[in-house]
Amino acid sequence: MFETLILILDSTVRLSTPLLLACLAGLYSERSGVVDIGLEGKMLGAAFGAGAVAYITANAWLGLLAGIGVSVALGLLHGFASISNRGNQIVSGVAINFLAAGLTALLGQTWFRQGGRTPALPEGGRFRDIVWPYAEQLRDVPVIGPLYSELLSGHNILVYAGFIAVPLTWWVLFRTRFGLRLRAVGENPAAVDTAGISVAWLRYRAVIACGILCGFAGAYLSIAQGAGFGVNMTAGKGFIALAALIFAKWRPASAMFACLLFGFLDAVAIRMQGQEVPGIGEIPVQFFQALPYILTVILLAGFIGKAVPPKAAGIPYLKERS
Amino acid sequence: MSETPAIELRGISKSFGPVHANRDIDLVVKKGSIHGIIGENGAGKSTLMSILYGFYHADDGDILVNGEKVTIADSKAAIGMGIGMVHQHFMLVDNFTVLENVVLGAEDSAMLAGGLDRARIELKRLEEEYELRVDPDALIQDLPVGLQQRVEILKALYRSAEVLILDEPTGVLTPPEADHLFKILEVLKNEGKTILLITHKLREIMAATDSVSVMRRGEMVATRETRNTSMEELAELMVGRSVLLRVDKKPAVPAEPVMQVENLSVTDQRGVQVVKDVSFSVRAGEIVGIAGVSGNGQSELLETLSGIRRATGGTLRINGQTIDLGTSTLDAADMRAKSMGHVPEDRHRMGLINSFSEYENSILGYHRDPAYSSGLLMNISAIKENAVAEIEKYDIRPPNPMLKTASFSGGNQQKIVLAREIERDPDVLLVGQPTRGVDIGAIEFIHSRLVELRDAGKGILLVSVELDEIRALADRILVMFDGRIVGERGANADEGELGLLMAGVEDNAKMSVEGDAR
Repeated sequence: MFETLILILDSTVRLSTPLLLACLAGLYSERSGVVDIGLEGKMLGAAFGAGAVAYITANAWLGLLAGIGVSVALGLLHGFASISNRGNQIVSGVAINFLAAGLTALLGQTWFRQGGRTPALPEGGRFRDIVWPYAEQLRDVPVIGPLYSELLSGHNILVYAGFIAVPLTWWVLFRTRFGLRLRAVGENPAAVDTAGISVAWLRYRAVIACGILCGFAGAYLSIAQGAGFGVNMTAGKGFIALAALIFAKWRPASAMFACLLFGFLDAVAIRMQGQEVPGIGEIPVQFFQALPYILTVILLAGFIGKAVPPKAAGIPYLKERS
Repeated sequence: MSETPAIELRGISKSFGPVHANRDIDLVVKKGSIHGIIGENGAGKSTLMSILYGFYHADDGDILVNGEKVTIADSKAAIGMGIGMVHQHFMLVDNFTVLENVVLGAEDSAMLAGGLDRARIELKRLEEEYELRVDPDALIQDLPVGLQQRVEILKALYRSAEVLILDEPTGVLTPPEADHLFKILEVLKNEGKTILLITHKLREIMAATDSVSVMRRGEMVATRETRNTSMEELAELMVGRSVLLRVDKKPAVPAEPVMQVENLSVTDQRGVQVVKDVSFSVRAGEIVGIAGVSGNGQSELLETLSGIRRATGGTLRINGQTIDLGTSTLDAADMRAKSMGHVPEDRHRMGLINSFSEYENSILGYHRDPAYSSGLLMNISAIKENAVAEIEKYDIRPPNPMLKTASFSGGNQQKIVLAREIERDPDVLLVGQPTRGVDIGAIEFIHSRLVELRDAGKGILLVSVELDEIRALADRILVMFDGRIVGERGANADEGELGLLMAGVEDNAKMSVEGDAR
């Protein structure tokens, strides 16, 4: 029983990592007042960039860098449309999702001729799991052993990066000048403008931060968790991350718990596949896939109170003309 | 005095497309003085100050700070030159603390901690020096507007502003709060700060400033020493002709009550009781004014009577019919059908649909009237005919019923709403803030229309936060504070007394009794 639990938790960690990275990415963007439903597209673009470059160079780090590059570029596109040209942020985000979905498949097919997939990664092109010291020796110690060697040890570096990003984001948001301004610009950009700070530059920096984290999330899918890019491999994770962000009311620690919860549901879903539940029968996998969304709606509707987004989120900033 | 002026503007011009917001403006502001700038809405005061604060760039002209010609590229540059601004709409982040708001944009370093500590000490010092007390750890959203404004002033002082621009600072304040603000400004002046006070209220200019410049339609028309001028002269300069500061009206000849409200209570969506057991009546042929600082239940009272909001209890008698407001399901259309017109407080939110054309707006709320609609189809030609007639009668400009109401000025928008409601000939007219953001010419027109309606034997309930307006129009004045009617006065009530009532100081009689008991 305990063994099973540890295994489920272990895959929870693996499954929530891309959600967590994308969720924190969205947090930077939305806290600055730029709504980002393009998380999905950026992740997908990053996954492709990382997969392609890691295959060609056989270097996971260069792959990660390429993923970040693609994602940041898409983020800047979103910024250009919604910050510089004050376009509708939802429309721009949707456009990026379509762009990424189409372009990755097209380029993948053109370059590698494997139906849009990137070829399997060579040695060195993939982030390997890191085994912590003494993990093997401690494996048989009751309780602590499995916790240490299964749950904590044996993940790739991007998993650790995702969980370190949580306190780091909190620290940036609440303990630095950049964070103060970021939160302010999402609430009242006019206050920031009159304080002599550029609203546009601040939001661009937020969008870039968002791009970087999305780059991590995408690279995780194709060159850490997986061994190559597959067509539409994000499969809605960007939207689940967005749901988690709302669920967490735009707070970093809560975002982590929300992503872990959604990752856990995913892990359970995989575990339950094809298994009979006594008295109920086989539970369709779609039920578990829909759970994160259902949960978000239900919990937000009454149990955890209202999720109030940053006040200026979604509204392009325009200097008032008196 | 030959001292270098703190601020000097030479030939400043600024256009927004075809509109000249500022045209060839000259201005000299002496160091250590309170300089008022007065003008109607849209005269270009705020634009001029935004140029000085680096928010806009002038098309032409020079700015001199302490005798030196400068270029103010952005607000940061203005702050660097010791210019601070308190905006009409506060530039504060509501869910930040006072301290965070003060520090925003002036954080010292990339890490917050040091800057916050220094700000805390500095605020303490400013608090002692200028008597500007405010809890540094309070959230802005929990502070009353008077204190929020104080935070804005502290923000400027924290950035060591030598010149402080205040844009319409008293719009949101009670008279006692405004008086307190003027005291603060006096202290600042005595400490050597220069203050620019933007306002359209003559009284404030006379009370608080050393000198005053008058703007009209984007031009600077005159500058006077305050002690050498008068309200009448300034008013004339503002509008370019003499205006009546008082409304010309005969004494009211009230008849029977047309509307009686008893024990009305209203609870808002937060569950807070905002109107508490209010009773009053309006007679035919009189204007009853409800005075009070905004947010004391007047808006909710008006919305309840007009059928927009539900009451928790109370009755309304109108034209002999009695309605139990606690259980009634009458909506705005039903209330209008009972011959009750409503000019809502916020014409943009409730009075008009600004993307609709004038003629469409001219029948909003009356669109089911058989004169304008035959069930399925609108009778467009009848509607337009009516609109044209109203445009003529109310001097609505431009006289084009096809134009979107968004393209009309505030005064003309208000006239559209007023025409719609008055021309349906209601027995009772509910009017909220009829002249908010309206220029003096239109104010005069609107006021005289309301008096005409009164003289035609209709009852009018007027809610306004402008005490001058209430005093000029109302035949009886009710003062609301914290959801209650705390006093009733006649048409010639003393302003100071009303101000005290509005601030929640109970009737003098009661106070002295309590005083004796102690």
